[in-house]
Amino acid sequence: MSLRSLYGNIILDHYKNPRNMGELPEADVVVEARNPLCGDELTLYLKLDDNQRLAEVKFTGVGCAISQASASMMTVAVQGLPKEEAEELIQLFKQMVMGEAELDAEAEARLGDLVSLEGVSQLHNRVKCATLAWNALQEGLEEFARGGSRAELVEKAD
Amino acid sequence: MGMSMPMPKGSSELEQAAEQEAAGECSWRRDFPIFNQPYRDGIPLTYLDSAATTQKPQVVIDALSDFYSHTYATVHRGAYELSSQVTDRFDQVRAKLAQFLGAPDERAIVFTRNATEAINLVAYAWGLDNLSPGDNVVLTIMEHHSNIIPWQLMAHYRGIELRYVEIDQQGELKLDQLAELIDEHTRLVGVTHVSNVLGTVNPLPEIGRLVRECSDALILFDGAQAAPHLPVNLTELEFDFYVLSAHKMLGPTGIGALISRSELLEKMQPFNGGGSMIERVELDTATWAELPYKFEAGTPHIAGVIGWGAALDYLTQVGMERVLDHELALTDYALARLSQVPGIRIFGQGQKMRLGVISFELAGIHPHDIATILDHHGVCIRAGHHCAQLLMKFLGVPATSRASFYLYNGRDDVDRLVNALMEAVEIFR
Ligand SMILES: Cc1ncc(COP(=O)(O)O)c(C=O)c1O
Repeated sequence: MSLRSLYGNIILDHYKNPRNMGELPEADVVVEARNPLCGDELTLYLKLDDNQRLAEVKFTGVGCAISQASASMMTVAVQGLPKEEAEELIQLFKQMVMGEAELDAEAEARLGDLVSLEGVSQLHNRVKCATLAWNALQEGLEEFARGGSRAELVEKAD
Repeated sequence: MGMSMPMPKGSSELEQAAEQEAAGECSWRRDFPIFNQPYRDGIPLTYLDSAATTQKPQVVIDALSDFYSHTYATVHRGAYELSSQVTDRFDQVRAKLAQFLGAPDERAIVFTRNATEAINLVAYAWGLDNLSPGDNVVLTIMEHHSNIIPWQLMAHYRGIELRYVEIDQQGELKLDQLAELIDEHTRLVGVTHVSNVLGTVNPLPEIGRLVRECSDALILFDGAQAAPHLPVNLTELEFDFYVLSAHKMLGPTGIGALISRSELLEKMQPFNGGGSMIERVELDTATWAELPYKFEAGTPHIAGVIGWGAALDYLTQVGMERVLDHELALTDYALARLSQVPGIRIFGQGQKMRLGVISFELAGIHPHDIATILDHHGVCIRAGHHCAQLLMKFLGVPATSRASFYLYNGRDDVDRLVNALMEAVEIFR
């Protein structure tokens, strides 16, 4: 994998101009996620509507290009999705960056721009950067199901 | 094995050496087998993480292998010839270390697992008995976690206060603040000899004098980043404890040392209890073995000590003055070249003396992305907080990138670092 394909236009664009960045005071669930190993920090705000759709998803935080771009792209990808579909996308995305999925045309279509992060699967020490936001989303959805509104997630070393 | 000392060479070898010098390659590099093989896809290994741990010369690798192959046995149980031989060699390394550091009191040289364990030894064996609520320990903001956390644990057990000396714009300790922080309740002052983030060489003679003049506090110097890189002469210093790790000075992992004073160690309780550190054992009591064995419980890392001995021999043969000169010259070159990288901010410039540990930030590029791009070019650097979160907070950055040098690095390594950084800048433009 070449550097240019990892740090391609889509990823750099999301890194430099993150979408849905900011706080969401009316969020139903707030997740604070940290990766102590590299110091990445991310706060994810989720608002669900009456039909359990992700009505609004925003984030704040600091981190590397991979983690920031992944978070930015994620907020775009899951906006408006029903909870179950969001959970499926989390699984699919994680399989992709962990190198556990052969992407067929349908999977690629569902992932859309997220496919640009596929190269991470070849960089073992960067996988956690890409999955931080997604694990935070998973945690947030679980917290919502439990009826809670705040959750914390600390990534562990492998 | 080719030490780089002058020795008869074939003319082609001489030519090759000349070529390498011209390319900025370092001649000592040839003594390290890891550099004599292609690293990845034909690109060379550019190892710039020696502040974390150093590569090993062939002589150290051979010493380990020879020891296990030909003379391995335990120490201090000399019921048979082989063990006596090993015990002799083991204690000879203690003598070598004494020589290397200018620490003539061999009984006060205790082998530990590493610098970290040596500091913990001091904290527990001295601190638990001698610290009480109302006392304070003075540290610096540039300490490695290994010289902070043991004292935080003492704060927990003994209710002491921790005080921290800050640094100035140049990356030097504020010595006037040190003088202010020390009072009649100060029991220990702990200062790193060289910063593992800024490369700053702290003025230990001055600090030692200052502490002695204004208090009875004990002095602990962390030599983990110093002993590998510059000549150390402990006889010239006011100090009570000096710690170091073998793996940062060409030796094996798992072995380090505490250098102290016998009168002080005599008065301290042991750190670990077990075999080898006792004299006589009764049901409820025991008497301790003589120094330094009182502090060396259990079967030690014998091979580690032997390997460290080989590393000390190697460094002695090269000469620590030359190691230092090489590193200072390379650091000057690196600082000059790095300052040409657009958007770079180097932490710690303008110190009176600084070694080859260079921490930096590139505007708009996270240290982890820098590390990934550099790794692609075979350039190994550290990204993160470098076990110095207090300093990171003080500098106002979550993390930095750090390149660090040793005697096997040359200008070619710096050039490859700078080229790779240029590519990072280009990618993120
Ligand atoms: C200044 C300093 N002190 C102490 C240590 C701890 O060394 P070790 O992990 O070998 O105990 C380090 C290692 O990074 C260091 O840089």
